Amino acid sequence: MESLWAALKRLHDTTGINLVHFYDGFERGRLLRGMWTTLELSVVCIVLSVVIGILGAWLQGSRFRILKAVVQGYIQFFRNTPPLVQLYFFYFALGPQLPRVMTDYGVSKPMLGSFEWAVISLSFFAGAFNIEIFRSGIEAVQKATVEASESLGFSRLQTYRLVVLPLAMRICLPALNNNLVNLVKTTTQAYAIAVPETLYVANQIWSDQLNVVEMMVTLLTFYLAIVGVLVWIMHRVEKAMRVPGFGQ
Amino acid sequence: MTSMTDWNRIIADVRAKADPARAAAGPISGRLLTPASLLVVLAIFLAVIGIGEAVAQAKAAPDKGIMATLLRWAPLILLGPPGEFGGFVLNILVSFLAMAIGTVSGIVLGLGQISRNAVVNRLSWIVTQFFRNSPWLVLLFFVMLLTPFQFNVLGFAIPFPGWFKSTIGLALPIMANISEIVRGAVNSIPTGQWESAESLAFSRRQTLWMIILPQCVKRMIPPWMNWYAILTMATPLISVVGVNDSMTLTQDALAAEGRTELLIPMYSFLLVLFFLYCYPIARWTIRLERKYAVKI
Repeated sequence: MESLWAALKRLHDTTGINLVHFYDGFERGRLLRGMWTTLELSVVCIVLSVVIGILGAWLQGSRFRILKAVVQGYIQFFRNTPPLVQLYFFYFALGPQLPRVMTDYGVSKPMLGSFEWAVISLSFFAGAFNIEIFRSGIEAVQKATVEASESLGFSRLQTYRLVVLPLAMRICLPALNNNLVNLVKTTTQAYAIAVPETLYVANQIWSDQLNVVEMMVTLLTFYLAIVGVLVWIMHRVEKAMRVPGFGQ
Repeated sequence: MTSMTDWNRIIADVRAKADPARAAAGPISGRLLTPASLLVVLAIFLAVIGIGEAVAQAKAAPDKGIMATLLRWAPLILLGPPGEFGGFVLNILVSFLAMAIGTVSGIVLGLGQISRNAVVNRLSWIVTQFFRNSPWLVLLFFVMLLTPFQFNVLGFAIPFPGWFKSTIGLALPIMANISEIVRGAVNSIPTGQWESAESLAFSRRQTLWMIILPQCVKRMIPPWMNWYAILTMATPLISVVGVNDSMTLTQDALAAEGRTELLIPMYSFLLVLFFLYCYPIARWTIRLERKYAVKI
């Protein structure tokens, strides 16, 4: 490793290509922490948004009209407003309404920090799309399958959990895949509320080191890589969960 | 004796038991987007303002009420500072321009993707994938920081203002997605169309322009509109890179007032503004999607 850093430093001295964010220990630490935050944010939001999607799709099948209207209102609101404004709304408008808590060293701080608000906002945003995706999957499940499970004495919840959902998941995986990729890309917007994720850290580094071009290329490569990994994982899942007798 | 309506009710009941998801979803027409949900959102917005109003009136002069303050700032947030481009109008302008640039370049790129020339084909694919999978905000920074603020052509300085640079930044991902739409639409036309055109002695270019693409237009309109809505909802991103759009101006207004009870109403106002613009587009898109759906 040391020799690689030395080579990159030489590259900077000889050609002017400034990859200081790799060979300098401090900058590297900053960047890696930023990338870790992005990964953390992405994974937490993916899990939460899928949970919201499953719950919401289940509630949409409920018999209570008011409940359905509320879910529908939630979906339409989050689908048709800008995610950045949602983020600002959560962080700047709702954030200050919450009580402040005391830290161990006697200083009061907001109950939820920017990372937590980013998680909440992005999960609700992606969750609204996930509900629609899961619902379309549920609707595509053969009616006869549901009837069969009813006739075998499954309750509504059991039918949903054991029969409908596993089938619906498989049907809607491609659409879910798209939405999750979109979610990972949207995590960059957490920059706006100063979550120290990759874009935020990169911005700090290029402001300090004036290596905008090199940093930009690193940044784009990083995002293409994590999107690539996510797509690869989802394809593996899709393949593993394939229902025999459908598709080619 | 059981009357007809009772029978209908019983049948509906049985159906609801057999397939709750479908029965609950109701008839296709009123299912996805109902005006009711629009009303719910507006009601929530008015309720938020109403509660804020009550709080504000308890502690401030009447001309400092929430509604009065909102109305005072609304022209700025909607139209921008007098004599300047800005505000919500700028968001819409940027969305129109970025869509126009993205559509034209996206069609070229999409045709490149179905080209028989291996180099053009591969290159268009790479460009498409690159811009499709990069985060919008990163692309926006890319264009903002790496393009000059003016061009010198033949001694004339052509200014390249921030709002135009950000338009280009937003047009890039649109270009890549339109490219995919074009490729998808061309691939969705049955092979028989190509073969029959060939048997009628049409050249490849003639087939594409006179037979295939005209059929694609109809299929491309709904996803194209969908991307327009997504683009419009991405325009507040330009506030992050320092353009005077409605988001920036809302924050300026909040800073000028410096009153915490305004936070929720002001941000809600902006959310509702975008909602009122994007929601009808979404409804219209779904209607067109149904109309143009391929019947199997």
